[in-house]
Amino acid sequence: MAAGRRVVVTGTGVVCALGLNAVECWTALREGRSGIAPILATDVSELRFQSGAEVRGFRAENHFEGTRCDLIDRFAQFAVVAARQAVCEAGLDLRARDAAARGRMAVVTGTSMGGQTSLDRGFVAIYKEGRPRPHPFTIPLTMYNAGASQISMDLGITGPAFTVSTACASATHAIGQAYWMVRSGAVESALCGGSEAPFSPGILRAWEAMRVVSPEACHPFSRDRRGLTLGEGGAMLMLETLDGALARGARVLGEVVGFGMSADAGHVTQPSVEGPAAAMAMAMQDAGIEATQVEYINAHGTGTQANDATETRAIRQVFGSHADRLAVSSTKSMHGHALGAGGAIEAFATLMALREGVLPPTVNYTESDPECDLDVVPNVARQRQAGFALSNSFAFGGLNAVLAFKRWGKD
Amino acid sequence: MDEALAAKVISEIAAVKRIPVESVTLDSTFEELAMDSLDAMNLLFALEEHLGISIPDEAANSIKDVRSTVAGVERILAEKSEAGS
Repeated sequence: MAAGRRVVVTGTGVVCALGLNAVECWTALREGRSGIAPILATDVSELRFQSGAEVRGFRAENHFEGTRCDLIDRFAQFAVVAARQAVCEAGLDLRARDAAARGRMAVVTGTSMGGQTSLDRGFVAIYKEGRPRPHPFTIPLTMYNAGASQISMDLGITGPAFTVSTACASATHAIGQAYWMVRSGAVESALCGGSEAPFSPGILRAWEAMRVVSPEACHPFSRDRRGLTLGEGGAMLMLETLDGALARGARVLGEVVGFGMSADAGHVTQPSVEGPAAAMAMAMQDAGIEATQVEYINAHGTGTQANDATETRAIRQVFGSHADRLAVSSTKSMHGHALGAGGAIEAFATLMALREGVLPPTVNYTESDPECDLDVVPNVARQRQAGFALSNSFAFGGLNAVLAFKRWGKD
Repeated sequence: MDEALAAKVISEIAAVKRIPVESVTLDSTFEELAMDSLDAMNLLFALEEHLGISIPDEAANSIKDVRSTVAGVERILAEKSEAGS
């Protein structure tokens, strides 16, 4: 186990297909309610898929004043709103803090596609409508660091702020990096997570062309699974040192205890067993825990044939016979695959599972698959007080990231 | 000065800043209107789009108030019309 300070979560913020805040999202997760529905953002009648996990009822004007709406792509809007929620839940008044304190706080965000929806709109103007130029805000709207930048500006955070982009593992890499920075003493606290908003015509076409999106409901780990369902949203965690949190009387929601990552160094889209297994093993080693102490894994569980079978084999390789005593669920069956935000929404789900003693289910589970012979908590949430849990994220390009969490109050 | 063009520039500024059109006058400076460099860029884009003109970067850097914007646009429109005639 790496030496360092203990790091706890004191605030969470979530905006996803399951709701516009943490309470709404957790309620849906524990009730096994899916946010997947017909896509409304753009015309998808010609696509091979029509369903997505869109955020409903989110209006930028309700969160950003005047012209600021024009300068923030939807993906960065989700990042800022989730960050505000996390800070609010943590009971922090950042503007009231002195400059030095705000300089010892980090912002690390993840996103897979950044503001490509804005770029897509700009390209339509140039290539389709024949206009001479896209909107002049296209660059600041599109830049991947917009989430981190907008959070720092919005909350007055002046410490290290940057963005990690590792496709579907972006948010998990971001949280892991922030966790290590707080643990090492590089900063005292960090806002970290991810956000994504991929529902634009060009992006949807690109995903369609990859033939990984399910034409129907996403059902991870089921034998008849046919692919992933795209999602959008943002989630942020407020991390701080345990000592710092206790000193200011903050409520502790859970503890981050380990982070592991690896690269498959293999195929660009075909996952390997070894890479994910190495990342899980490294997360547990980093946490100083044994495989047998882990009771729940929030799986990457995309619902593609390749991922779910390979992830099952990776879990069996790492956990051996203990794999039969683990609960493993894919909450993507409810909030969709929110790409660079996915790991943050799932870290939230994992944290809440430990805190509430309820394991969120894999919904739409229809048929068992010998290739995915794990206890996937089918369809209905389960009361189980787990002590340690992992949250897995595995990206296209073979980049893997795994976080380890510990229930607050566990000895 | 072309009154209609002045009214057009004023309404574009009001739209970009999301403020009432009455709050913008020919004598308003960008500073008074709290127009920062991004707002100015947005204004020029709107004027280019809606008037079918191209505003060079040097001209974009020189405008600091409503009157000089109208004058600059007027000049570009005149040049365009001469070139076309």
